[in-house]
Amino acid sequence: MQKQEFTFTIYAENQVGLLVRIAIIFSRRKINIESFNVSPSEIESISRFTIVIHETEEVVKKVARQIEKQVEVLKVYYNTNDEIVWQELAMYKVSTDQIAEKVQVERLLRQYGARAVVIRKDYTVFEASGHREETDKLIDFLSPYGLIEFVRSARVAIIKASSGFHEKLKEFEEAQPGEEVVENEYLNKQEEVFSM
Amino acid sequence: MNSILDIEEQILIKPGVSPKPPVKEPGKLSGSQAVLEAFLAEDVDIIFGYPGGAIMPIYDALYDYQDKLKHILVRHEQGAIHAAQGFARASGRTGVVFATSGPGATNLVTGLADAMIDSTPLVCITGQVFAHLLGTDAFQEVDVLNITTPITKWNYQVTDATEIPAILAKAFYIARTGRPGPVLIDITKNAQLEKFPYEGYQRCEHIRSYRPKPIIRKNYVEQAAKLINEAEKPFILWGQGVILGKAEKEFKAFVEKSGIPAAWTILGASAIPTDHPLNVGMLGMHGNYGPNVLTNDCDLIIAIGMRFDDRVTGRLDKYAKQAKIIHLDIDPSEIDKNVKATVGVWGDCKETLPMLTKLVEQKVHTQWLQRFYDYRKIEHDTVIEKELNPTGEKLTMGEVIHQVNELTGGDAIMVTDVGQHQMVTCRYAKFNKSKSNITSGGAGTMGFGLPAAIGAKYGAPERPVIAVIGDGGIQMTIQELGTIMQTEVNVKIIILNNQFLGMVRQWQQLFHDKRYSFVDITSPDYIMVAKGYGIEGQKVSERADLRSALEKMLNHKGSFLLEVMVGKEDNVFPMVPQGCSVSEIRLS
Repeated sequence: MQKQEFTFTIYAENQVGLLVRIAIIFSRRKINIESFNVSPSEIESISRFTIVIHETEEVVKKVARQIEKQVEVLKVYYNTNDEIVWQELAMYKVSTDQIAEKVQVERLLRQYGARAVVIRKDYTVFEASGHREETDKLIDFLSPYGLIEFVRSARVAIIKASSGFHEKLKEFEEAQPGEEVVENEYLNKQEEVFSM
Repeated sequence: MNSILDIEEQILIKPGVSPKPPVKEPGKLSGSQAVLEAFLAEDVDIIFGYPGGAIMPIYDALYDYQDKLKHILVRHEQGAIHAAQGFARASGRTGVVFATSGPGATNLVTGLADAMIDSTPLVCITGQVFAHLLGTDAFQEVDVLNITTPITKWNYQVTDATEIPAILAKAFYIARTGRPGPVLIDITKNAQLEKFPYEGYQRCEHIRSYRPKPIIRKNYVEQAAKLINEAEKPFILWGQGVILGKAEKEFKAFVEKSGIPAAWTILGASAIPTDHPLNVGMLGMHGNYGPNVLTNDCDLIIAIGMRFDDRVTGRLDKYAKQAKIIHLDIDPSEIDKNVKATVGVWGDCKETLPMLTKLVEQKVHTQWLQRFYDYRKIEHDTVIEKELNPTGEKLTMGEVIHQVNELTGGDAIMVTDVGQHQMVTCRYAKFNKSKSNITSGGAGTMGFGLPAAIGAKYGAPERPVIAVIGDGGIQMTIQELGTIMQTEVNVKIIILNNQFLGMVRQWQQLFHDKRYSFVDITSPDYIMVAKGYGIEGQKVSERADLRSALEKMLNHKGSFLLEVMVGKEDNVFPMVPQGCSVSEIRLS
């Protein structure tokens, strides 16, 4: 099986220590995490982890089960890149003098979809969001003019086929969850990628 | 652990004044009292522990609960947790441990790892420094939560007394349900001391993010039954899941109706009696000949509550490639983890087995079963007979276990440590009842045996408990003889002394050209050591003395230590060498 990028989407309780519990499932198996994000989800009190790794689907599936086994995790999904819509946010700090003198700022803003967040006498901060390649291009563009600082956020992703977690949560809150949420949902469809 | 008393609670000790109960505030409990109330509500009646600075408020509260909660004072926190494991394994209940912060808590680590891999339900309470001191490198402060995260099913730090009833309820619920495991609750000292309006204890029945039992899909059970009915050479492998699921009866009914030969992992041992005609023996590296060889000849494996550990499967890419696999497990992450299942039946085997039994045809697999018996005959002639009825000068480990069988009839709980004596005991001990084989399986923790045997006796006081331990393992936790001395618990200890770290030596002999690197271990005079602890003992080196010594041990009132000198360079066979397929098992 080929290694490729997979994005985990994890719905979990907002609990101190859960981040470590999830992170060490990867480190124990010596899997490098490419990107790790925790944010609120569509439901109050439930956190949404978005984790990107480069691995085979077999490994990803096993890791997903190990994560879902954790007491405070409600549900784990994993997806290939064509099953999700995703973005990363990047920020670039450059010298205002340099930029004003040598760059056609207008072109920069249009061509790279960048936005000026702060413009001061001494420096300017641009932001751009998009896929890795897109934000990388802007680095290449700005580097010759002296890129003072650069930072990029973790990936956040929306699953194309998902209908959200509201309905599922109702099931979880029942003492006897319905078949919708049981673990062996995809047992018979082992090749199916959408969920474990 | 010794500790300096915190300034907040230094007290003047006046000689001759009897201890006074703490001042009662109506409707209010301290966090410490709430912990103990939770224990009572969860039917806990025994705690294995060791006091220290950061857990003193709980111990203070315990002073007033002594009539309801028995506390076993061990000699080292590792002893406490192994004892709690032994208790849980012998009784089927949840073991409870107390330890203080810092080194007290870190001493639990080995036991937690052991309980995690062997799915033993434990609730461990550790004291922690005051909440305002967290992260300040305070005296005996250790980040216990993060140390224990990978080796607990769940852990939590309580910093506020009001959380205690709900958290303890969650802890017990998580520890015992689904695939059981250890839970650690770290309670800061202020939370132990704080008083709060107590509204009673509510047992936890549901946590929305936790589904201990996967819902059983009937169609997978049906698919499994179809495969079983079509199979000509089906083979059952069972593990501890049958015992943890309290499904021995359901399992026996399934085995008997389907007529399928069944073999066990060492943690599954004793779920059905040793002499059951369909019990064909032990799996794995030092398991029986037939079950290992025929794994690669059967056409269907039905794995029940076992996890295909590498010591069971040997080389995975040559493991049962010809067979279809049905895997029943309560833990979804076990299915397809090591061996890909043709049909995975996720669920509690107490429920799935009766469903399966109903659908399978009543059968006898006479010819197929005979092949197991044929291999058993070969193994008996080449290995077992020599081991159980040796003619050589030196005593063998096997003959000791064989004699124990004859004297107990198979009714004893056998507790073992880790190494050659463990494999020999698992291979040759006779088990009539479930929960009779208590050993450290997945973790292979030397030092497990003695404290686990103490706990096992408290877990099943009506049954004889025999600890079989090597001369290496006994020296790792020998201090627990002190616990035996103080509690007067009745544990029979057999040290099988080959004056070597035998299992490592065996590997060095077979795979490292007999380069015996640091396996030559000396022993103290165990009988004198036992005597120092007020425990009677005897040393046996001659065959002629063995039987009477064992009788003396078993008839002795109270604990007894029997040291048996066995052959120095005896090996355990059969053996599946590491990296080999199960069918490449060696008889010598």
